[in-house]
Amino acid sequence: MDKIVVTVLGVGVIGFVYWFFFGKKEAATVAANKLTVTVEGGYKPSVIRLEKDKTTTLTFLRKDSNSCLEELVFPDFKIKRYLPMNEPVNVEINPKERGKYEFHCAMNMFKGKIVVG
Amino acid sequence: MTQIAKLSFPVIGMHCASCARLIERSLKSTSGVVNAQVNYGSEQASVEYSNTVCSPKDLEKAVQSAGYKAILGKDTQELKEEEKTRQLQELKIKVIVSSILSIAILLGSFTQMNPYLLWFLATPVQFWAGREFYLATWSGLRNRAASMDTLIAIGTSVAYLYSVISLNADGAMYFDTSAVIITLILLGRYLEAKAKAHTSDAISKLLGLAPKTARVIRGEKETDVPVEEVKVDDLIRVRPGEKIPVDGVITEGSSSLDESMVTGESMPVDKGQGDAVIGATFNTSSSFVMRATKVGRDTVLAQIVKMVSEAQSSRSPIARLADKVSGVFVPVVLMIATSVFVVWYVTSGFSFAFSNMIAVLIIACPCALGLATPTAIMVGVGKGAEKGILIKDAEALEIANKINTIIFDKTGTLTEGKPVVTDVTPVKNLKFLSRRQAGRIRNLLQIAASLEKGSEHSLAEAVLEQARKKEINALPVSDFKALHGMGIRGSIERKMYYFGNRKLMAESGVDTRDLEKDSIGLEARGKTVMFLAEKKKLLGIVAVADVPKQSAKETINILTKKRVAVWMITGDNKRTGKAIAESLGIKNVLADVLPDQKADKVRGLKVRGSGFAVAFVGDGINDAPALASADVGIAMGSGTDVAIESAGVTLLNKDLKSVVSAIDLSRRTMNTIRQNLFWAFGYNVILIPVAAGILYPFTGWLLNPALAAFAMAASSISVVGNSLRLKLTKI
Repeated sequence: MDKIVVTVLGVGVIGFVYWFFFGKKEAATVAANKLTVTVEGGYKPSVIRLEKDKTTTLTFLRKDSNSCLEELVFPDFKIKRYLPMNEPVNVEINPKERGKYEFHCAMNMFKGKIVVG
Repeated sequence: MTQIAKLSFPVIGMHCASCARLIERSLKSTSGVVNAQVNYGSEQASVEYSNTVCSPKDLEKAVQSAGYKAILGKDTQELKEEEKTRQLQELKIKVIVSSILSIAILLGSFTQMNPYLLWFLATPVQFWAGREFYLATWSGLRNRAASMDTLIAIGTSVAYLYSVISLNADGAMYFDTSAVIITLILLGRYLEAKAKAHTSDAISKLLGLAPKTARVIRGEKETDVPVEEVKVDDLIRVRPGEKIPVDGVITEGSSSLDESMVTGESMPVDKGQGDAVIGATFNTSSSFVMRATKVGRDTVLAQIVKMVSEAQSSRSPIARLADKVSGVFVPVVLMIATSVFVVWYVTSGFSFAFSNMIAVLIIACPCALGLATPTAIMVGVGKGAEKGILIKDAEALEIANKINTIIFDKTGTLTEGKPVVTDVTPVKNLKFLSRRQAGRIRNLLQIAASLEKGSEHSLAEAVLEQARKKEINALPVSDFKALHGMGIRGSIERKMYYFGNRKLMAESGVDTRDLEKDSIGLEARGKTVMFLAEKKKLLGIVAVADVPKQSAKETINILTKKRVAVWMITGDNKRTGKAIAESLGIKNVLADVLPDQKADKVRGLKVRGSGFAVAFVGDGINDAPALASADVGIAMGSGTDVAIESAGVTLLNKDLKSVVSAIDLSRRTMNTIRQNLFWAFGYNVILIPVAAGILYPFTGWLLNPALAAFAMAASSISVVGNSLRLKLTKI
């Protein structure tokens, strides 16, 4: 009997993990000229819509002591910034082409996306 | 005179928009402040103030009096260093304390110590030393994201909590497991952080090159001012033993400069009036005055730092798979760990299931995957910068590894780029010239140089330079005339001389047969021959050529040995081009190519889908289209033009051998990345199933969770260590 309970619970946990981490959908936040992104257990907002050929200043504010998040990388824009705790860091982005560009922490575990429409 | 200064600085501690207003009010009430704005969103204050009335220190106090903290006078680099030092110190203490506690717990577990005492010892390790794992997990979960900390927090908490419940139920104790895991992971992190700090040494080194002050001449006075205050057109004195503060041009004096820190060129360079000097290079011999031409972020050093840090932040195509995997890694491991628990519970009972689940959670190491490519690229790009090889981005570095064809531009790349006199041959047995051969050559050169003094032809400079070198004085010339497309004529000591090409000789009725054989031989070797005649009598010939750089032949030899096909591209005619190519050991020549056709010719040599790359080596200024159309453009910079946009690789020293070094660097960096990826993937692919107990039915092997923690810590350290090995390679 306990084996059945454990199996059912296990399947439930797997389903929950899948839903919790992969089922997340976030609507894009439109950044006009400026936008503050809070860095706390990830990036909030993590999906940012920018306009093509327009410079937008994204201000990253790290409030999380997790050292994973201390470095911010925009590989497509060749930008890497160190984010000191509680210090706003400005990143200027001027996308020249439409598309989706990822940004992430140094080890690529926390991610965000820039959507250029 | 009162000056209004502007200053922007971060403010810490604001909770809402009204905090911002409060700080604004406090700043505005400070005497000397003209205007102040505080932005809550960006947590920045910008203040305009009269710098004679108040100082940044007063602004800092004003913010402090409102109950907040202003960050002034520190740049990100300094903040980063401070935070890193603090973090390392904190980690060190945690590692030491938790090591002592873990050893006590381990010994206690073997000696049947009172379980409550074990609990007492394990608790600080779990919640004090392991606090950061919980914090990171919690903030991640709120965002529906997971990291490596999530795995550690869940793995150790499960072990710890189960043991606490067992205290009263007389069950198995896992306090040793959770404590040892946390200690080992922290130790790994400590060592990794120490090693990782060295991957960005190149940038710190470059930043450290910049001198802090400059001796600016204002009127009669010379004052030392901070280098940030130097303006374009300021006159600066640089004494021997000092560093040049900014980029500029020498206006007075001359000296020998050591530019190795910027160009990688080890020989000192002599510079005099009118020569460009690069900031951060070292004045080795005498004092001189220079005029600043580039300051702040425009200097060569600032450009190098920018280019290196951009390249270090770029994405390498080879990392694509690792990027994809590490993005989904943690949730997948959580699912695997759950399945492992279920399967073992059903087949072998709780204790197997529990231990194997923890082992899986702990051994999975996304860190190694995440570190594999960026650390190698950081070290590789930094190593290049030290040698004067600037790499634009990780992609250029990766493609350079696949080069199997290199096209060299001839003029200025393979050759010095300016013609020099290579041969002077007088006609034999001429009575009125000096009897000795050396004297006859001097006579010929003297006449040729005297005539050329009035000429503006590019070849004239070569003859004059040769005369200067031999300390030959020019004679006065009268009746000078440039004969378009043929040469020049002029009268020296009432004798009329002609100096020019074969056509001029024919038109002047000069018989050139005496030196016909010599001249044809010289032309066949790619040289330009000029004839000198007095009236209708031939005196001799002067041959001029753009000579190959000293390192050209050796470079081509090395490349050929490395099985790279070498091509030369030139505007010269086929015969001349071939002659030069042969002298350098190049078999493939593209001659008669006009400047605007170079890019097409480069494209023509590219073979689509071959997996190999074609590189073009040019001087970066005239060759931009050809550089851009190659798979990798390699620009030979002059040390003063750094950011050559169209080139993937810029060589700051003019040494051709750096082309070989660049390819070597690329090959070694890519090898390191491949090794790192192999170990990181292999490690996770092999050890996760082992930890899951897949070998148990066949061999009886299981992985102890503490051993898993050790292996996990070792894997990321080994990846960083392998990348750091690149520093030791010789290129």
